Amino acid sequence: MPATSLYARRRITNALAMGLGTAATVLGLFFLVWILWLTLLRGIGALRGSLFTRITAYGPDGGLANAIAGSLMMDLIALAICTPICVMAGMWLAEYARLTRLGTVIRFLNDILLSAPSIVLGLFVYMIIVLPMSDLTDGAVSFSGLAGGVALALIGLPVIVRTTDEMLQLVPATLREAALSLGVPQWKLTVQLLLRAASSGIVTGVLLALARLAGETAPLLFTAFGNNFMTAHPLDKMASVPVAIYQYTNDPDPALHAIAWAGALLITLFVLALSLLTRLFLSRKKANHG
Amino acid sequence: MSSIPATIDTLDTGRRSRLDARHDRIFRGVLRFCALLVLAALLGAALSTLWGGREILFGQGLHFLTSTAWNPVEDDYGALAPVFGTLVTSLVAIVLAVPVSFGVAMFLTEIAPNWLRAPASTAVELLAAIPSIIYGMWGLFVFVPFMARIEPALTDTLGRIPLLGKLFQGPPLGLGLLTAGIVLAVMILPFITSVMREVFLTVPTRLKESAYALGSTRWEVLWDIVLPYTRSAVIGGIILGLGRALGETMAVTFVLGNSYNITSSLLMPGTSISSSIANEFNEAVGLHRSALVALGFLLFVVTFIVLLIARLMLRQLARREGR
Repeated sequence: MPATSLYARRRITNALAMGLGTAATVLGLFFLVWILWLTLLRGIGALRGSLFTRITAYGPDGGLANAIAGSLMMDLIALAICTPICVMAGMWLAEYARLTRLGTVIRFLNDILLSAPSIVLGLFVYMIIVLPMSDLTDGAVSFSGLAGGVALALIGLPVIVRTTDEMLQLVPATLREAALSLGVPQWKLTVQLLLRAASSGIVTGVLLALARLAGETAPLLFTAFGNNFMTAHPLDKMASVPVAIYQYTNDPDPALHAIAWAGALLITLFVLALSLLTRLFLSRKKANHG
Repeated sequence: MSSIPATIDTLDTGRRSRLDARHDRIFRGVLRFCALLVLAALLGAALSTLWGGREILFGQGLHFLTSTAWNPVEDDYGALAPVFGTLVTSLVAIVLAVPVSFGVAMFLTEIAPNWLRAPASTAVELLAAIPSIIYGMWGLFVFVPFMARIEPALTDTLGRIPLLGKLFQGPPLGLGLLTAGIVLAVMILPFITSVMREVFLTVPTRLKESAYALGSTRWEVLWDIVLPYTRSAVIGGIILGLGRALGETMAVTFVLGNSYNITSSLLMPGTSISSSIANEFNEAVGLHRSALVALGFLLFVVTFIVLLIARLMLRQLARREGR
C-alpha cells in the first residue's frame, strides 16, 4: 500500500528529526555544563582567604585583592558615566522619537553597537583618551582606570539605552495624557512620572549592563592595562579580574593558573547571579503588566 | 474659588507657560544630545581606528590588504593572514553551531515537555551571559589537550577523504583553527539558540494548529510552516552569531597558536585580527601599532556590515508582526 508506506516514511522522518533535536540539545548542554562544572571545580579548589587579602604582586603566593578592587572601581566608573547619559538617550527615543526617522536610525545603530567587537571599542578609547592624556602629561599619565571605565561604559551603553527605551514604551499612554491634560510640562512628566513608573525596569537594565561589562577583558587591555599593586587613583594604571585572569592564563606557572581559575569562578558567579536577578525582576514586571 | 483675581492668574500662567516651554526645549535638547552620543560612539570608533591606522591604510593600502607578510623586524605588514584566520574560525563556528542551535531551539519549542521549556530556556540565556574569557580558559586548559589526543584520529578518518581531507592534515598540536572554531561554536551556541527560540515562538498558534489539524507531523510543522514563516529572522539570528564570532577576542586568543600562516589545514595554528591586536598591541610601536589599529578598523567595518544585514533581516519578521 503506497499510502501506508508514505505514512510510515513521514513517521520515521519525524521520529528522526525529533531524535536529532534532542541529541543536539544533549550535545550543546554537555559542552556548556562541562565548562561550568570545570570552572566551579577548579575555582573552588583554588579559593583561599588570601585571594581577597593579598595583591597580585606576590605572584603565586598572592591573591587578587587589587584586581577585585580595580574591577569594582572601573565598573562603578563605567556605570556612573553611562547610566545618566543612557537613560536620557532612552528617554529621548521613547518620548520624543518613537516613530521619527532619526529615532529609528539610532535605535537600529544601538542594536548594532550591542554586538560590536569589544576590542575595537578598547582601541577607540585608547585613541581618544590614553594617547591624548599621555601627550598632555608627557607620558606621566597614560593607561588609567578612568580610560578603562570609559571603555566599559561603551560596552554598557547600548544595553541601558535599549532597556530604558523599551520600559518607557511599556508605560500606558493614559498616564501621559492625564498629566498633559493637567498642564504638566513634558520634562516634568518625563522625569517625575514616567521615570518613576519605569524605574524598576531601568534598574534592571543597569544591572544587565553591569553583568555584561563585568566580564569584559578585551577593552581593558589597552585602556586600564593592569597593575600589580593596589591603587584607588583613577588616573593610575589599574588591575582588573578579567585582565589578571588573562595574564595568569598566559603564564606557564600552574600556581598562577589556580588563581586564574579562582578569579574565573568569582566573575562567573557574579555575572550569573546578576543575570538571574534581572530575570526575576523582569518576570515580576511582566506579571504585573498582565 | 472664583474669588481668585483673574488678572494675576493669567499673568502667572503666561509667565509659567513661557518658562515651561523654555525648560521643555532645553530638556529636549539635552536628551537629543545624549541619543546622538550613540551615533558618535559608532562613528568615533570607526574614525579613530581609521586615523590610528592611517600610516598603513593610506601609506601602503593595497600592499597591506594583499600581503601575507607580518614581520615586525623589517616593518612589513600584511592583513591577509589575520583576516584569513578570523574568517575561517568564524565559518567553522557557524557551520558547527547552526545545526546544533536549530536542534536545541526545536527541542525547546516543540519537543520538550511543557514544564521543562521555561527553565531550559532560561538556562540557555544564562549561558549566553558567561564571559568569553571563561570559554578561552576552558579551551586552553581542557579542550586543547583533548583535541591533541583526537586529532590523529581525525587525520586518519576525515583526512582520507579526497579534497575535504586536506582540511585535516598536520601535526596534532591541539592548538589551531579547528580548535578555535569549536570553542567559538560553543560560545555562540546560546546566542543563536535564544534568537531562534524567540523567533519560533512568534509563529501564530492557529497557523501551527491548522497544520496539525491537517495531519502534519511535528517535523513537518516545523520545516514547512514555522521555518518559512520565520526564515529571514532565523538567517538574521545566524548572521548575528557570525558577527559575534568575527569580533570575539578572548575565546580564541589562547587556542589559536598565534602564528601568521595561511594553510589549507584546519589543524594548523593561525591567528585572527582580534587575537593579533590583543597579543601584540601593548608591545607594538610605530608602524607595527599602526598596522594593528588598521586591522581593528577592518574588523569594525566587516562586523558592522555583517551586523547591519543581520538586524535588517531580523526586522523583517518584526514588521510582518506589525511591531
